[in-house]
Amino acid sequence: MNPNLKLILGVLIPALAVQALASLAPDSLSYFVSILALAGINAILAVSLNLVNGITGQFSLGHAGFMAVGAYTSACLSVYAFPGLPGQLAFVLAVLGGGLLAGLAGWLVGLPSLRLRGDYLAIVTLGFGEIIRVLILNMDFLGGARGFIGIPAETSPFWVMLCLAFCVLACVRLMASTHGRAWLAIREDEVAASAVGVDTTRYKVLAFALSAAAAGLAGGLFAHKQAFINPNSFDFMKSVDVVIMVVLGGMGSMSGSLLAAVALTLLPEALRPLAQLTGVDLRMVIYSLALIAMMLSRPAGIMGRKELWQLGWWTKR
Amino acid sequence: MNTLLQLLLDGLSLGAIYALIALGYTLVYGILRLINFAHGDIFMVAAYAALFSALSSLAPADPGATRFAVTLLASMAAAALLGLAIERFCYRPLRGQPRINLLITAVGVSLLLENLSQVLFGANPRVFPELLQGGVAFENGQLKVGQIDVWVLLTAFGLMLALEAFVHRTRAGRAMRAVAHSHETAALVGVPVDKVIALTFAVGSALAAAAAVLYGVKYPQVSPFMGVMPGLKAFVAAVLGGIGNLRGAVLGALLLGLAESLVIGYGGATWKDALAFLILILILVLRPAGLLGKYEAEKV
Repeated sequence: MNPNLKLILGVLIPALAVQALASLAPDSLSYFVSILALAGINAILAVSLNLVNGITGQFSLGHAGFMAVGAYTSACLSVYAFPGLPGQLAFVLAVLGGGLLAGLAGWLVGLPSLRLRGDYLAIVTLGFGEIIRVLILNMDFLGGARGFIGIPAETSPFWVMLCLAFCVLACVRLMASTHGRAWLAIREDEVAASAVGVDTTRYKVLAFALSAAAAGLAGGLFAHKQAFINPNSFDFMKSVDVVIMVVLGGMGSMSGSLLAAVALTLLPEALRPLAQLTGVDLRMVIYSLALIAMMLSRPAGIMGRKELWQLGWWTKR
Repeated sequence: MNTLLQLLLDGLSLGAIYALIALGYTLVYGILRLINFAHGDIFMVAAYAALFSALSSLAPADPGATRFAVTLLASMAAAALLGLAIERFCYRPLRGQPRINLLITAVGVSLLLENLSQVLFGANPRVFPELLQGGVAFENGQLKVGQIDVWVLLTAFGLMLALEAFVHRTRAGRAMRAVAHSHETAALVGVPVDKVIALTFAVGSALAAAAAVLYGVKYPQVSPFMGVMPGLKAFVAAVLGGIGNLRGAVLGALLLGLAESLVIGYGGATWKDALAFLILILILVLRPAGLLGKYEAEKV
């Protein structure tokens, strides 16, 4: 089959399937469907951050900042720029615009900061993430601390799944290309990579910008799902949440990021009955204990660096 | 002119508090190359420990030097124990593993302390008891120096000098410097590396506790998430001065405190949280090793 056709089908089929399932689900499950959409948004964030933290071996702690850029840009576009357009069209354009601007922000942030390594890079990206948040907090037309209200709630499971499938497939295709090889080379040994002619800065900034653009998409979907956004939804803790998903899934494993994002979104919801039983909300305590236990017992994460399809349960050893 | 002096004074005492926290970050980073994200939360737990010991029968009920001293010592002891426990059960098992795992574990410990405190002590802020009598120590025209500021500055700088003497003049301090230089070499010449690392955590946590008591005296409110922002800023201060460098941490923290106080004083209160990070980015892009840090040649 033509690889492009395969890509299009690979994106469309899961999205349509999810939409069909969601529309079949009775109203009593609408809460569950909404949680699943949230899981999908988190999965986009985790898969995109994995591109930087797992595959390229850099360490970004500011992913929530780019998500905020995407969320606010798309919210502005749909409320101020495209109010005349039909709902879904305006929504798609706004989310794409958000992704684009977030990618641009990622490129701008990446250029100076990717000269740094390791801890310092982590700190600088953390700083940029916080600065983006404080900037939004101080912009009156974005609602400031009160938040941005009145965003049309257009995000459906279909769009979430479409974006997620697109991001995952784009990652898979990129990994099979020159770019993917260059990123892996940088992760394994930056000096050796540049010695064999990989333009390390260019590839690092590229990974960073692509990852930021995907985070922007996720932000746009999030804004149009909640219909209300607030700078505090995109604080340092949100960035940390995404990093946790990537590390727990196994740094460098796309399927691991995906699994961990879904598991970590569902876990607090699954623990809800327990909270009602004990009367105190122990969910976050359990979440953090599970995180520590996981790091101590299985430091490589759920998948390590492998992908689901590389586990080889079905091949002979 | 006097407002400027007043702002500088406020900035100095805020900076001194940041410095005590920053020293803990820098000590741990120097020895383990770990950004101890739980440090701000040790600060928070220490504030609760101070609150409970000040209200207990341990400390006299009326504000004064005794109440302050008893609370300070109790809180420092509690924080040191907490630091030891965290190091022993969460960080030591990961020795030799990639540093990213240590970092994520630190984030996990941070989340655990925050959420456990929220469950145990409630989400609402509590009022920190009055440890010292307020009032003005001396005034000159419009410049007022509060009693509290005098206590904060004396305690903070006293502890900093004590740390400096400890690290540079004692056997244990020399062992700490040796381990910071190289774990393997220190172990070869007979330094008990694990014990020294534990000691470092205890000292760093006790300093954070002192900062928590001073912070509580100055801004009398305690809540489960109070450690996040001071923690991040102290960390920025440590990086600004050159992480791993004790004097650098103090210098960075004082500069940050002064800058923040000036920004608030001249009408930019909502921007104060961005300021710390803006300084951070500038310093990292222009001089990545920090003000007093040393550049190390990269070995291939």
